Amino acid sequence: MNQWILASAEKDVDFMIHGVFSYELFGHTVWITTTHICMLIVLLTLMTFMFISGRVMKKADEVPGGFQNIVELIVSSLDNMVDGTMGKNGKNFRNYIGTIFMFILFSNISGILGLRPPTADYGVTFPLGIMTFTLIFINKLRYQKVSGFMKGLMDPWPFWMPINIIGDLAVPVSLSLRLFANVLSGTVMMALVYGLLSKIAYAWPAALHVYFDLFSGAIQTYVFSMLTMTYISDAMTTD
Amino acid sequence: MEFNREFILGCSAIGAGLAVIAGIGPGVGQGIAAGHAAAAVGRNPGAKGDVTSTMLLGQAVAETTGLYGLLIAMLLLFVKPLAK
Repeated sequence: MNQWILASAEKDVDFMIHGVFSYELFGHTVWITTTHICMLIVLLTLMTFMFISGRVMKKADEVPGGFQNIVELIVSSLDNMVDGTMGKNGKNFRNYIGTIFMFILFSNISGILGLRPPTADYGVTFPLGIMTFTLIFINKLRYQKVSGFMKGLMDPWPFWMPINIIGDLAVPVSLSLRLFANVLSGTVMMALVYGLLSKIAYAWPAALHVYFDLFSGAIQTYVFSMLTMTYISDAMTTD
Repeated sequence: MEFNREFILGCSAIGAGLAVIAGIGPGVGQGIAAGHAAAAVGRNPGAKGDVTSTMLLGQAVAETTGLYGLLIAMLLLFVKPLAK
C-alpha cells in the first residue's frame, strides 16, 4: 500500500526541472533545462511586445487609442508606482524597476499557460536578489560615502558590526527565497492536483490557477519590486 | 550504526510534517494584519487602496518564515538529502 502510494507519487507528480538536451563545453556537460526554455519564451514574448509598442509609439497620436492606450497605461502606472515609493529619486529607477516588474510578472503568470514558471528555479531568483544587493551597495557608497557606510555598519556600537554585516547579506537571500518559495509552492500544489487527483480534475483547477498563478504571482511581483525600491531609497537617505 | 533507507525516508517524512508547522506563525500574523486593515478601512473608507496595498506588502513579508518551513519540507521529501 505504502509502496504503491510512493511509486504513484513518484511517477505522476511532476514539478521538477528537467534537462531537455545537453552539450559539452570545455569538458563539462551543460544541460539546457525547462527553465531556460520557458525563460526564452517569456523573453521572446516581452521582446515582441516591446518591438510592437516601439513601432506604435513612433507614430503616436495626440489622442491615444487601441494599442497605444494599453502601452501608455502600463508605462504610466509603473512610473507612478516608482515615483510614489522613491520620491524625487524615482526617475532614475523607472527603467530598472519597470523591467524587473514586467519580467517577474510574465514569469510568474506563465504557469497558467502550462509552462514551468522560470521563477520557480532558485537559479533565476537569486541573481535578481544579487542585482538588488548590488544596487543597494552602490547607492550607499555613492550617497553616504565611505564614512557614512562605515558609520552605518557600526550603528549602535562598533562591536555590533558582524550582526550588521549578516543583516545586509541576508537581504538578497530573503528577497530571492521569498519569490522562489511562493512560486514553487504554487507549482507544487498544481502538480499535486493534476498528478494525484487526475481522475476528477476537470474545470475546477482553473480556480486554483487563478489564485496560485495570477493572484499570488502578481502579489509577489509587487512585493519584490516594492522591497527593492524601499531598500534602494533607504540606502540613498543621508543623515 | 547503520539505518536502512526506508527508516530514513520515514523519519524524513515525519520531519517534513513537523517543518510545515511553521505555517502557524504566518497564519496568525496575516490574520492580525488583515483584521487591523479591516478596522482601518472601517474608520477611514477613503484610504482603502493605500491600506490594502500596505496590508498585502506586510502580509507577503510575514509569509517568509512559513515559506522557509515549506522549503525544508520540500527538501526533505523530494531532494532526500539524508537518504543518499
